[in-house]
Order: sequence, then C-alpha cells, then structure tokens
Amino acid sequence: MTLRDIINKLLRRQPASASTARERLQLVLAHDRSDLSTELLDQMRREILEVVAKYVEIDMDEGAVSLETEDRMTALVANLPIKRTLNGQIKLIEGSNQLKENSQEAEDKDKGS
Amino acid sequence: MATDTRVILICSGKGGVGKTTLTANLGISLARQGLSTAVLDADFGLRNLDLLLGLENRIVYTAQEVLEEECRLDQALVKHKKESNLSLLPAGNPRMLDWLKPDDMKRIVDMLKEQFDYVLIDCPAGVEDGFKNAMAASQEAIVVTNPEVSAVRDADRVIGLLNTNAIKPVQLVLNRVRPRMMANQEMLSIADVTDILALPLLGLVLEDEQVIVSTNRGEPLTLNSVNSPAAKCYLNIAKRLQGEDIPLINPAEESSGFGAKFRRLMQTKIF
Ligand SMILES: Nc1ncnc2c1ncn2[C@@H]1O[C@H](COP(=O)(O)OP(=O)(O)OP(=O)(O)O)[C@@H](O)[C@H]1O
Ligand SMILES: [Mg+2]
Repeated sequence: MTLRDIINKLLRRQPASASTARERLQLVLAHDRSDLSTELLDQMRREILEVVAKYVEIDMDEGAVSLETEDRMTALVANLPIKRTLNGQIKLIEGSNQLKENSQEAEDKDKGS
Repeated sequence: MATDTRVILICSGKGGVGKTTLTANLGISLARQGLSTAVLDADFGLRNLDLLLGLENRIVYTAQEVLEEECRLDQALVKHKKESNLSLLPAGNPRMLDWLKPDDMKRIVDMLKEQFDYVLIDCPAGVEDGFKNAMAASQEAIVVTNPEVSAVRDADRVIGLLNTNAIKPVQLVLNRVRPRMMANQEMLSIADVTDILALPLLGLVLEDEQVIVSTNRGEPLTLNSVNSPAAKCYLNIAKRLQGEDIPLINPAEESSGFGAKFRRLMQTKIF
C-alpha cells in the first residue's frame, strides 16, 4: 500500500485508475486466452457444481469457478466451500475446500466418540 | 551479400499504436549503424511508411510489380535520400489484398534477404489476412503497444498467434509512455504491461510532440533531432536489437523538480 492509496482511502476517493486497469485486463485476458465463451464457461461451472454436489454438500452461493491467468498460463480455479459430505453425514469445517484432509479428520473424530 | 538477415515483423493488433513510426525510426537508426536495412510496407490497405520517410514522391514501382515480374527488385526499392543504407519497398495497390498469399510475402522477403542485414516489416493493424501474410514471411517480431487496456488486450491476441506460429524471439516495445501519468498511477506501469503480456521489454518510447512534427516534415526523428525524448528511445531500441546492453530509461526520472519528488513520495510503499 502506498501513501497515495492511504490518502485515497481516507478521503473515500476512487483508487488510481492504473490498478483498476490492471485488474480488468487480467480478468478479460484470462477469458480471451482460454477461448471459452461466457456461455460455455457458465455451463461448465454449472456442471462442475453438479458433479461436486453428488459427493458433498456445497454452498452454492459461495462457490466460485473462475479462470485466472499468470505468465500466459491460464488455470481453472474452483473454490467450493464444503458444508458436509453426503454419505455418513459428516460435518466438515465450513468454508474449507480441502475435502481429503478434513474428512480424514472428521472420521477420526467420529471413531473417538 | 548478407548471410544472416534478420527479418522482423513489427505488429500490434490494435491500430494507431505506433508501428509505422517505429519501423521508420528503427530503419534509420539501424542504417546509421552501418547496417543495410530494408523496410517493407506490408500495410497494403492503408500504406503510410513512404509518407513517414518522406519518400512518397519517389515511388515508381511497388512490391506488386516485383511479384508480377514487371520489374526487378532493385527498380522498386527506393533508397533514402539522406541515409543510403536504408531502402523502402513500397506497398502496392490495395487491390493486391484480393490475391496476395503468404507465399507471395515469402517470395518478396527471400529476395530482400539476399542483399540486406535487416528486413523490417511494417504490419497492418488487425489479426486478419494482412497480418497473417506478413507473419508467414517473418522470423522474429516486435509487438508495439501503448499502456492502455485496449492496446494491451489486442497485443495479447497477437502474441498468442505469434507463439503458435513459432515466431521468436518476440519482444515488446511500449510506446507513448507518459511519465507523469505513470507516477500518478493513472497509467498502467511498465511492470504491469510486461507482467501481463509476459514478454521481454525491448524498449519504451516516451510520448513526444516532436513525433508529430517529424511526421509533418517526412523526416523521422532519428534522422536529425537526436535530443528529443522519443528519438533517444528509438536509438536505444536499435542498439539493443544489435545486442548492446543499454539500460532502460526510468520514466520516473524523466520528470524532475518538486512535483516529481512529491509524486515519488506518494508512490513509496509503506506496507
Ligand atoms: N511516441 C509518440 N509520441 C507521440 N505521438 C506518437 C508517438 N508514436 C506514435 N505517435 C502518433 O500516433 C499516430 C499513429 O502512429 P503510427 O501511424 O505509427 O501507428 P500505426 O500503428 O502504424 O497505425 P496503423 O495501425 O494505422 O498502421 C501518429 O499520429 C503518430 O504521430
Ligand atoms: Mg501503420
């Protein structure tokens, strides 16, 4: 954070436009580079959520499937907070998407009780 | 006769970012270093390179007559009045676009390779046939862009195409840099653009009114006023192409005085 950013915050001014430009470019280029249309991306997002929902209960509102790009490499990034798994009805730590680790932990807890 | 001719495509995607100006100035600068240089106007639809070089009245034949074998290559080449190491091969009639194929461009460039150290190809805007024909005849490329979202986005498209066509190296020239706006963070920084496009920076060119003055006269900046900010930038780019290790200008240091000091203070990272 720079002095300018702090002053902008204090005065509730818009941030300098260069950072807005950078963020908008990164987003639009991730899409350009993947060569996926918005419709296809939406469809893929829906299907991914459907598949995941077969195994675990996810927070549909919190879930995000997006394209990110760095160094001309584009990655599909899914961040799906899991509420709980469906089989066994194990309660998982909310807001976490590390299914494997967490379910292991939860199973251990189950056995103990 | 030149043996390892470098054939460099000068392209951008977006129009009006400074390809033709760079081609003209780079051509002059390389020629000044004693390198025999040809600039090829591949913008058959909207040719302008002749005008920027002040050679518009000396064109007799063009690339078109060379391809149709109505004249020899050396009859079509226009030698620069003041810089005899530089020659222009003018673009033909816009109707050439109807029949021109990548192989035609290759034929022209192969002929030029026989007598020049450098062949610079001034590419049309866009990513359609005009660009693809010119790319087919090139080995390496310089992508010109401005620190603006639309220019950077279009440059990205072009870089993707250059990569799939195995053109390399591909280097970046960032044109129309305004130090004051960059210092105020109201313009994408140099690092922003090179990070996003992931290309090595061959050089940056400052925004400079003298560019327009020199265009009016038909005398590229590098021909005379080597003291203008943009002329220095073009010269540096030519030297780097030749492998010289010339440090980049720091735009922040281009503006001085109290205002610049204050802007630098504002930019200091605190946490
Ligand atoms: N560094 C600069 N400073 C100021 N003006 C510039 C600079 N570079 C280019 N220009 C101006 O920008 C305009 C476009 O330049 P130029 O014709 O070289 O672009 P281009 O990429 O070849 O355009 P086109 O896509 O139409 O062929 C011209 O008016 C030129 O004078
Ligand atoms: Mg042009």
